[in-house]
Order: sequence, then structure tokens, then C-alpha cells
Amino acid sequence: MKRIALFSVTLLLLTGVIPAFAAQPIKIGALFAITGPASFLGEPERNTAQMVVDEINKKGGIKGRKVEFIAYDTQGDATKAKQLVNKLIKNDKVSAIVGPSTTGETMAILDDVEKAGIPLISCAAGSKITDPVKKFVFKTAQNDSLAVAKIYEYLKKKNMTRVAILTVSDGFGSSGREQLKAQVANYGIQIVVDDTYAPKDTDMTSQLTKIRGSQAQAVICWGTNPGPAVIAKNAKQLGLKLPLFMSHGVSSKKFIELAGDAAEGIILPSGKVLVADLLSKNDKQKQSLISFVKDYQSHFKAEGDHFGGHAWDAVMLLKHAIGRRGEAPAAIAAELEKTRNFAGIGGTFTFSPQDHAGLTKDAFVLVEIKNKDWVLVK
Amino acid sequence: MNLSDQLIQFLLSGFATGSIYALIGLGFSIIYNATGIINFAQGEFVMLGGMVTVFFLTSLHIPLPAAILGAVAITTFVGLLFERLAIRPIRKATPINLVIITIGGSILIRGLAMLIWGKDTHAIPGFSGEEPIMIGNASLLPQHLWIFGMTTLAIIASKVFFNYTISGKAMRACAFNPRAASLIGIDVKRMVLFSFVISSAMGSVAGFIIAPLTMTSYDVGIMLGLKGFCAAIIGGMSSGLGTVLGGIILGVLESLGAGLISSGYKDAVAFIILLLILFIRPQGIFKRAESERV
Amino acid sequence: MKRELVKYLLLVAAAVSMPYFFSDGYMMNVLVFVGINTMLAVALNLLLGFAGQISLGHAGFFGLGAYISGVLTATHQVNPWLAMLIAAIAVSFLAFLIGFPILKLKGHYLAMATLGLGIIIYIVFNEAVDITGGPSGLSGIPNLALGSLVFDNDVKNYCLVWTFTIVTILLAVNLAHSRIGRALRAIHDSEVAARVMGVNVRLLKVQIFALSAFISAVAGSLYAHVMTFAAPASFGFHFSVELVTMVIIGGLGSIYGSLFGATLLTLLPELLRTFQDYDIIIYGLILILVTMFMPGGLVQGIPSLLGALLPKKKEGRG
Repeated sequence: MKRIALFSVTLLLLTGVIPAFAAQPIKIGALFAITGPASFLGEPERNTAQMVVDEINKKGGIKGRKVEFIAYDTQGDATKAKQLVNKLIKNDKVSAIVGPSTTGETMAILDDVEKAGIPLISCAAGSKITDPVKKFVFKTAQNDSLAVAKIYEYLKKKNMTRVAILTVSDGFGSSGREQLKAQVANYGIQIVVDDTYAPKDTDMTSQLTKIRGSQAQAVICWGTNPGPAVIAKNAKQLGLKLPLFMSHGVSSKKFIELAGDAAEGIILPSGKVLVADLLSKNDKQKQSLISFVKDYQSHFKAEGDHFGGHAWDAVMLLKHAIGRRGEAPAAIAAELEKTRNFAGIGGTFTFSPQDHAGLTKDAFVLVEIKNKDWVLVK
Repeated sequence: MNLSDQLIQFLLSGFATGSIYALIGLGFSIIYNATGIINFAQGEFVMLGGMVTVFFLTSLHIPLPAAILGAVAITTFVGLLFERLAIRPIRKATPINLVIITIGGSILIRGLAMLIWGKDTHAIPGFSGEEPIMIGNASLLPQHLWIFGMTTLAIIASKVFFNYTISGKAMRACAFNPRAASLIGIDVKRMVLFSFVISSAMGSVAGFIIAPLTMTSYDVGIMLGLKGFCAAIIGGMSSGLGTVLGGIILGVLESLGAGLISSGYKDAVAFIILLLILFIRPQGIFKRAESERV
Repeated sequence: MKRELVKYLLLVAAAVSMPYFFSDGYMMNVLVFVGINTMLAVALNLLLGFAGQISLGHAGFFGLGAYISGVLTATHQVNPWLAMLIAAIAVSFLAFLIGFPILKLKGHYLAMATLGLGIIIYIVFNEAVDITGGPSGLSGIPNLALGSLVFDNDVKNYCLVWTFTIVTILLAVNLAHSRIGRALRAIHDSEVAARVMGVNVRLLKVQIFALSAFISAVAGSLYAHVMTFAAPASFGFHFSVELVTMVIIGGLGSIYGSLFGATLLTLLPELLRTFQDYDIIIYGLILILVTMFMPGGLVQGIPSLLGALLPKKKEGRG
């Protein structure tokens, strides 16, 4: 009799305890271009997201529940992104998705996440991802339009009105080109040469020769490594005297390493992560930035760049949203929208029903390369 | 800056880029001539030449000449291994099967390179500095001279090799008729192996010599291989001057296309002109018409 | 002919039963792409396996089908079915015109020319931003619909795509057994001999090129309406090579081989996904090993492998 009593008490306890102990982990999916041409984005993003999730789990998870992180490699291919987002939604049944890395992939999967009602925080820069606003789609990468505005503002201050633009013919470059052309009117700037190059091109002297023969007062190049480094070297070879501007696509030490001496004097807009230690103490982001740079360095023996930062922001935004109202996808989306003044890596995010990108042009600073390092341009 | 100055720069740049394509293209034609295989892994040999040099330079801090020698040695060894493990066991396979095997090989080599060295792009400093050389109002880099020199050397060497040495003549015999070649006592298998050794070494030379200009990463082999392949075909798969001219034609077309017509469509412009040339001369540009064997 | 019928019925039975095995969404999604890739591989096999003409630019025809259909429906609100028809006719007409000069070329010149054609088409997708949306892709392509039945989920898309796939296979098998199929094989063996026997070699090659482009364009159109999105990256040189690989891995000149080749190469990345960064290496290795040990493709390779394993049952295969 005693044994039966003991047994039933144990059973009761166990059944009562099981739900608490065996609570299902919160599933967060991720799509990154870990290999392929956009791996310079996808790899730091995956690394960072994994690092942040591990950190969260080490500290006991979100409200005591572990986070399960499921990341897939899209290879930068929209078809794969489309297949894999279905896998995340239907097979893995995730509560929210981080990524993809590029604008093209993100555009390809918007319909799917909207239809399934799963919140997506894209790490791609294209403005059209959240313009028009979609209920479940957010983004952490700064819009290209903000980077363009930062450069044009500077040009206007320096009274330069004629520019040549040289953009790469991939998603990043064409989105930048669109913005560069769209904003000229606001700043009284005229584009006198509008040229492109292919992502794997190894020599851009032809385009630069054309620019040299034009009336341009400055050159703006929009691309990601290694193209801009080749352009910097080519410009030096041709003795091109015009000031050279780059996009935030090359704001990492890697660019300086690749372009070598040719990088000197180049000006570009960048997320603040590059110059974290140069920021004033009052900067709200400073704390996040320093801790991210330090963590990344200790985990991966490499410099944390702002691409990884996009994933950091995305996972942290999710963490806060889930922490407030749990993991139901609709609740996460609603809570994300209520995010106010979240000081992340890419900037200080404030989402609203009208704005799912959440950043202003303060997210960028202009930096110049001097003596193989960054200096803030005032 | 007037148009004629610009034109000179376009031609010079095209010539420089074309020499790179030519150097890579030579590797294609050497293997093709000895075996009838179009080796799609050729671009990966170029990649290895650059990446191994970078690895020796930055991780092991070996001086440049030694790093280059090491890179050539390792790449050649990979070429040798590839022939022994994947090509030789199936010598009876159809050419198209061999092509698929080389595609598989290129994927494999690229994947291994990615695992070993990561996905970053790397640069090598120019061998003789980066101070531009002015020719009138147009300019070149010292590294371009290295490339011209190496390409010239490669043409001369292959000319001498194929026309004046026993091995070279034997290799040509294999290309012409492997059965007859083996009947007169030429070790065909050895010649095939030899052709892989030469072309992988040549690929690696191309790889390290262009790395200061074009940078290098695990995936540069795809595009460079494709351009080299085109150069070799325009040149009629010759292992000498034809391929070099093919490369230079391609480079100049691209450069003129980018400068004068449209930078976005420059590759398309180059290919359209190539297609037109092929339509007019279906047997290739530098080859006399041959009668087909029935 | 009877054996063909049995094979065909087996295929239909297998295709129909798939939704019952994989009721979960994701596998159905993968199978949709298996169907599209099978159509492409069969189309290319007609050219490569039967007529012996290589094409390294078939991804271009596939992409043209997708983009023509996509632009017509997304930008100009044309009915999707009509758009599919227009795309297929336009692409096959283009192939017909360009086929005359291109198919005069032989061997690696043909490879080079088709490769160039594919690259030119790819560049147009990238650069004609106003029409195609450029590198970031074209979105807002509607799903296909039959009356009130909108093909907007994986199971419905599966049924749609595989209907087309099965029709394609039926068409190709019939073609292979017809007079045209025999004439094509004659071209493959020796063009001169075929000409002597009275085959209009040139016209026949161009016609098969156009038919192959037609099927590829239909596949492209299906792709666009299933994905509701198209981006240039999916139609590059890399995919052309992958298609050739599917055909050869499956077995040159075997229609069902193309089905196996397409299935293997589409499923393989899915199966290898668990290996994370190692998947590309394993993929390359499998490609090499299959080609080395099954030089005739899976259709010949697997039965002979089974034959080696079960020596007693060696008969019964032809």
C-alpha cells in the first residue's frame, strides 16, 4: 500500500514537473548566404547569430526556455532561399526567422512569410523590403537610402555637384544605384557618368578612364569586396585625382588590407561598429558595440563587422520581443513593432506600424581611411 | 583627356587583361591537345596558385620567391593527384564523361580550399611595387610587365617543348592519334599525366602572378577559368600563339566594350562579337578548315 | 512498346502516390523543383543525348521562359496561361532562328557558342533593370489558376508541375521511338552518314533545338509562377552546367535517365544539408564517383551494380 502511495505521489510529481522541465525550446530559424558569392555577409551573420543564441542559452534562455537555432545556407540563391523558408516554416515550425542576407533572397520569400504569418527580420539593405510595410517583415541592415544621403550631404557641404557613379551589377549595387539616382534632386547633384562593373571583374580601368575624361568632381563606387579594392588600385594606377567615395559594403578592415596604399583618403559611410572606440561616451550604442566587438573577437579570432551586427540586432530584437509576450509568431510581430530606442549595432531602432526599418541616418557615420585606419569625418 | 588618349588606355588595359586570359587559356589547350579533355578544373589550379602563395606568405611568413615555388609545387602535385585518381582509372570513358569528372574535381578542389582557407579575399603585394608606368597619357602597373613577360615565356617554352623535345613531340603524337602513338612505343598514359602536370603548373603560375592585380579567394577559379576557356577556344585550342591571341582579343573586346559602349553589357558585347566571328568562320578563327572524320 | 507503357504507368503511379507519402509541406516543395528540373533535363537530353549537340546555355532558355512569363503577368497583367504560351513560342522561335548559325558549329565551338548565348541572356536579365528588375529580381508574379483553383501551395503546385513533367516525358519517349528519333540517333553517330541516307540534318537539328528550347521555356514559366519571383542568379552558367550534369549522370539518350539524374541532383543538396560546410565537397565527390563507376549513367549503372551484387539474377535486363 505504501509503495503504491509512494508510486502515485512520484507519478503525480513527475507529471506535474514534466511540462516545466521538458518545455519545448523556442525555435528560431535563420537563412544566411553562408557559402557562395555573398558569403562575406552570410558567414559573419551566421557566426554572430549562433554566438548570441549560445550566450542567451548559457544565461538560462528566454524566460527560462532554451532557444533552438536552426540556420540554413541559401548560397545567395533566391530559389534555395524560397525552398528553405518553406522548410523552416513547415518542417521545423519556427517561431521567427532571421535573414536572408541579400535583398534578392528577401524579396523572393516575402510572400511566404506573410502568408504563413511568421515574423522575418531581414539582414539585407534594400529599402524596398520594408517599403511598403508588410505586417511580418522587419529589417536590421541600414537602408541604402541612408548611406546615400550621408554621402550626398557631405558632397553638398563641399560644393561638389557633378559625380560619377560606378556600381556593381548585383543586388547590392543595383539597389545602391537606384538610390543614388533617386536622391540627386534633393541635393542639387548631377550624375555625369553612370557606369557598372560585374562582381567578378578584375580590371575597371576602362570605366575609370571614361570617368577621368568626364566633368565629374567625385567618384562614388557602390560594391562589396573585392571589386572596390580593384577600383581603388586602378584609380591610383590611372592617377585619378578625384575624391573617391565607397559604400558601407566595404566598411571592414578587409578592404584596407586588400586595397593597401590605394585605400588612403577614401571616404565611406559606415555603421558605428568600425569606430566603436572613437565614439563619445554618451553614445547610446557604445556599450552594445564594444561588447559585440569583444565577443566576436574572442569567439572567432576575427574582427566583428557590421554585417555580423545585423544578425546581432535581429536576434536581440527577437529576444526582447519574445521575452515580453512569448513565442507565438503573431505576438512576436506585434511586440517587434513596439520596439522603441533599442540601441543595437546597426543603430538605434524604433519600429512603428509605418516603419519596419527603424533607423535614421544617424545610424551611419562618415569615415575616412588614414594610415590604414579609420577616422571620423566631421 | 581626349578620345585618342582614352582609346590607348582601353587598348592597353584590354591587352593586359587579355594576357591574363591567355595565360590561363594555355593550360586548357595543353591538356586538350594531349588528351582531348576540356579540363574544367583548370580555373581551380589558377586559384590554388594564388591561394597557396597567400597562405605561405601570411600564415607561414615565407619570403615571396619561396612561397611562389611552394605554390607551384603544391598545385602541380594536386594536378598529378587528380590525374592519377580520377582521370587515369577511366581512360576508356567518353570525352563528355571526362568533362563531368573535371567539373566534379573543380567543385571538390574549390570546396576543400574553402574549408582550409575560408571565404575571405586576399591580396598579394605587387612584385615590383605599385608605382604606375606611364606610356603617353596611358598607364600600366609593373605587375602587368610581369604578366606580359610570363606569357611570352610560356609561348616560347611551349613552342620549344612541342617542336624540339622528344616528350613534346610524343605528346603531339598522342593528341593526333593515341593508338598509333602507343604502337610506336610512346607511353600514352605517361603523356597524359605529363600534360596535367604541365598545365597545373602553368595554372598556378598564372594564379600567383595575377593575384596582386585581381586579388584571390577560393572562388576566383570559376570566372577566370571561364575566360581562359574562351581564350583557348577562340584561339583554336592551340598551345601557343593562337590561344594568346584569343585571350588578347577577348580582353580588348571587353575593355573597348566597357569604355565605348556600355560597361554593364561589356561581356555581352564581347560574346556577341565572338558569336558573329564563329558564325562566319565555324571552324574557329585561327584554324584552317578540316574535313571531318566519318 | 509494351515495356514503355509499363514504365510510363509506373511513373504515373509513383507521381500520383507521392503526396500521400509526403504530406508534410517541405518534401512536396522539393519535389516541385524535381519536376521542373526533370523537364529541363529531358529537354536537354533530346538535344545532347539524341542529336549529340551540346548546349551550355540552356539555363538561358529556362530563364527567358521565366522572365517573359513573369514580366507579362506581373507588369502587364496578361493571363498567366497566355503568358506561358507566348513565352514558349517566343523562346522556341528565337532558338529556331539562332539554331541555324549556331548548330553549324561543332564540338567545343558549339559548347563555346551556346555558353556565350547563355551568358548574353544572363547579362540582359541583370542589366535591363527597367524591365526585369535587375539583380534584385522580379517579384509579384501571380500563381497560375484554373477557374477558382489557384495553384498557391506545394501540393497544388506539385500536381500542376508534374502534370507537365509527365506529358513532357511521354512526348520525349514517343519522339525517341519515332522516325525522328531514329534520324536523330543517326546524326549522333555520324552526321555525314545521316545526310547520305537522306536526313535533312540541318533542319532536323534546328527543329530539335527549338523543341528543346520550347520545353525549357515552359519549365521556366512554371518556375516563375510557382516561385512568384525570378532573379538572374538562378539562370546563370552554373545552372547550365548542372543541367548537363543531370543528363549525363542519368544517362545520355535515356529519357528516364534524365528523370533519375534530375531527381538525384535536386535531392542531393537536401540530403547533404546536414553536413553543413562539407556538403559541397561530398557533392563534388559523388559527381566524380558516379561518373567513374557508372559511365553510362544511373540507368545503366544501377542495374549492372545490382547485377554484380546478385549474380544469379543477371538475366532479364536488356
